[in-house]
Amino acid sequence: MFERKRTRSVVEADMRQMLAALRHRGPDEFGILLDREIGLGNSRLSIIDLSGGSQPIANEDETLWIVFNGEVFNYIELRADLEKLGHRFRTSSDTEVILHMFEEYGPQCLNKLNGQFAIAIWDKNKRRLFLGRDRLGVRPLFYTHTSDGALVFASEIKSILSTRRIRAEIDPAIVEQVFTYWSPLSPNTIFHGIKECPPGHFLIADDQSIQIERYWKNEFPIDTDGLNLNGTPRVEEVIEEFRALLIDACRIRLRADVPVGSYLSGGLDSSTIASVVRRHTTNKLVTFSIAFGDQKFDESEFQIEMAAHLGTEHHVVRATHSEIADVFPQVIWHTEVPLMRTAPAPMFMLSKLVRDTGFKVVLTGEGADEFLAGYDIFKEAKVRRFWARQPGSKLRPQLLKSLYPDIGLAQSSASYLAAFFGEGLMEVDSPVYSHAIRWRNNRRTRRFLDDRVTANSNNAGVDEVAATLPPEFKKWSTLARAQFLEISVFLSEYLLSSQGDRMGMAHSIEGRFPFLDYRMVEFCNRLHPRLKMRGLTEKWLLKEAARPWLPDIIRRRPKRPYRAPIHRSFFNDKTPAYVREVLSPGSIQEAGLFKSGSVEQLVRKIDGGRAIGETDDMALAGIISTQLLHEQFVKNFPSIPSLSSKDRVKVCNLNPKKL
Amino acid sequence: MSNTTDNQQVEKLIRDFIAVNLLYSTDGFPHKDDTSLLKEGIIDSLGVVELMEFAQKEFGVKVEPLEVTPDNFDSVTKLGVFIRRKRGTL
Repeated sequence: MFERKRTRSVVEADMRQMLAALRHRGPDEFGILLDREIGLGNSRLSIIDLSGGSQPIANEDETLWIVFNGEVFNYIELRADLEKLGHRFRTSSDTEVILHMFEEYGPQCLNKLNGQFAIAIWDKNKRRLFLGRDRLGVRPLFYTHTSDGALVFASEIKSILSTRRIRAEIDPAIVEQVFTYWSPLSPNTIFHGIKECPPGHFLIADDQSIQIERYWKNEFPIDTDGLNLNGTPRVEEVIEEFRALLIDACRIRLRADVPVGSYLSGGLDSSTIASVVRRHTTNKLVTFSIAFGDQKFDESEFQIEMAAHLGTEHHVVRATHSEIADVFPQVIWHTEVPLMRTAPAPMFMLSKLVRDTGFKVVLTGEGADEFLAGYDIFKEAKVRRFWARQPGSKLRPQLLKSLYPDIGLAQSSASYLAAFFGEGLMEVDSPVYSHAIRWRNNRRTRRFLDDRVTANSNNAGVDEVAATLPPEFKKWSTLARAQFLEISVFLSEYLLSSQGDRMGMAHSIEGRFPFLDYRMVEFCNRLHPRLKMRGLTEKWLLKEAARPWLPDIIRRRPKRPYRAPIHRSFFNDKTPAYVREVLSPGSIQEAGLFKSGSVEQLVRKIDGGRAIGETDDMALAGIISTQLLHEQFVKNFPSIPSLSSKDRVKVCNLNPKKL
Repeated sequence: MSNTTDNQQVEKLIRDFIAVNLLYSTDGFPHKDDTSLLKEGIIDSLGVVELMEFAQKEFGVKVEPLEVTPDNFDSVTKLGVFIRRKRGTL
């Protein structure tokens, strides 16, 4: 909390309240820095330097003070460099290394950190605050400006709201965004006036100004579509380099003073990570999986196969329909944003299992689908471009059938398939060509939005995203363009947040993502598109690289998206009372965001046992979650008990004399 | 439904079905009869199947998979023409 106008001093009670709202992220101990107009707080999940890593930490002359959430994995190497430059350390923590990096290199030090972090540094002499966030937004960082000039910031929105300096108000324009893109577009949050520090950015604030700057860009080479593979390194060399990088990315992510486990979905990505970890550590590997009661979503067979192959100690949480619905309100309390999916709910259950097993850290496979082209949407765009070169072809659109065997279209005629995916077919120069169909489909869910919500709609549709793209975007390969959209809109703003950090941290579990090591990201981005997707084979390079590590049954199995059941979870013989309550006309009208009559018709359709499609499922999850957000954050934001005398709290007050 | 008395009602029934079951509208079908259901984003892939089932059940016509085309299903007007043709009343 930064009282930029110095109208009051930040006091310990302010910080104790804000930290209490973050207790789940770091219950081990708490740290507070107070210096009149500034208060920094940290709730610590002790992983590195268990005894010496308490925060806040100062530099040698105590002019710079830091608190941070996350990890810097290359801190050992960075520390050695800093010591050569004359820096002296009091602890063996990564936190202290960041502070000295800042002292040495200023804000650009972030470019040298290999990790996942949200950092706050107070410059006591300059009375200046520095906030920084990791490149891809693994760790969250939110802020708001209060009407009296304070900058209030935290890892979660609930901590900001707990100060009662701002009231939660759902922004209808952002509800529309979520009902199109599945997440708010950065830097928006669902709440009016509360923003995120975007991934790859830092913020500098003093009493005069607040500046937000980008320090890292997700970039791709220019015009790789026009190149052939001649003149580039031999494929075997690329595979070797990729393997070496992945092994190192895993190796530094095993740095911890507590045991590290691994998620195992049964797919290629997490199996590869688990396999690398197994081969490069001497400890017994412990793996964790989700099994679904609903066979349509279950991948147990492959998880068991892989766990047996690696000889791991394997733990499974079984997610049934009713359990998904039961935990959903807690899930929304943690995501702080509406969800168009229930997929985060089993992740919430999984992190509890990890915690109950005595672990704090897990490695997972996130990022491979984005940076190595694993998703069907990349294939869909490729097929549509191929088809657009001969729009009269009857055969070319047939390739789409293999991508979506589950959807209703497969049962209907080829001409419908062509009409459905042929929408905007020839707009191949559109920057959002790859995603326009998905977003247009998602936007059908907007039919449930109240007229008052859509009345002020700018109706920009997908142009809203086009306006935010970097100038060089148009010069990238068509695959790179699709990847960029997927990474900036879906990975950073949904997957790593609602399905990643928030679900892990709900139970004090830290996820670590070797595929998101920035060296790996930059390496993959430089690759020729053909090394990522060959024909319609996704993640080609990874499949080749993983050849010595995985059984063929895992390596060759078709990609299956991770999903969880929606309407069957909410409507069954054990439907929790809250479901019908939040969908009731009274609740819908009170929140004022949806058409109560339309919601009633949807509920009636589900109750009638009628077929429920993708759009209906998304809408249902979106409506229930938005209503829960309204209930939990707008209508009844709870009074969170402040830190108590039982909590371990370190307080550093640099200037006990108040303003 | 008898062919003679309710022939005019075909479009109305189609409009009502789409309004309630696909648009979840409480104010009826808000578009013109020749509006493209695909282009307006009214229908998704499952919606096509729902519409096909509706045509079979409501009007007693047998719809072959090859007949499920945008030419026959992509607007109220087109579906009306298709149903009448199938019923032999066109």
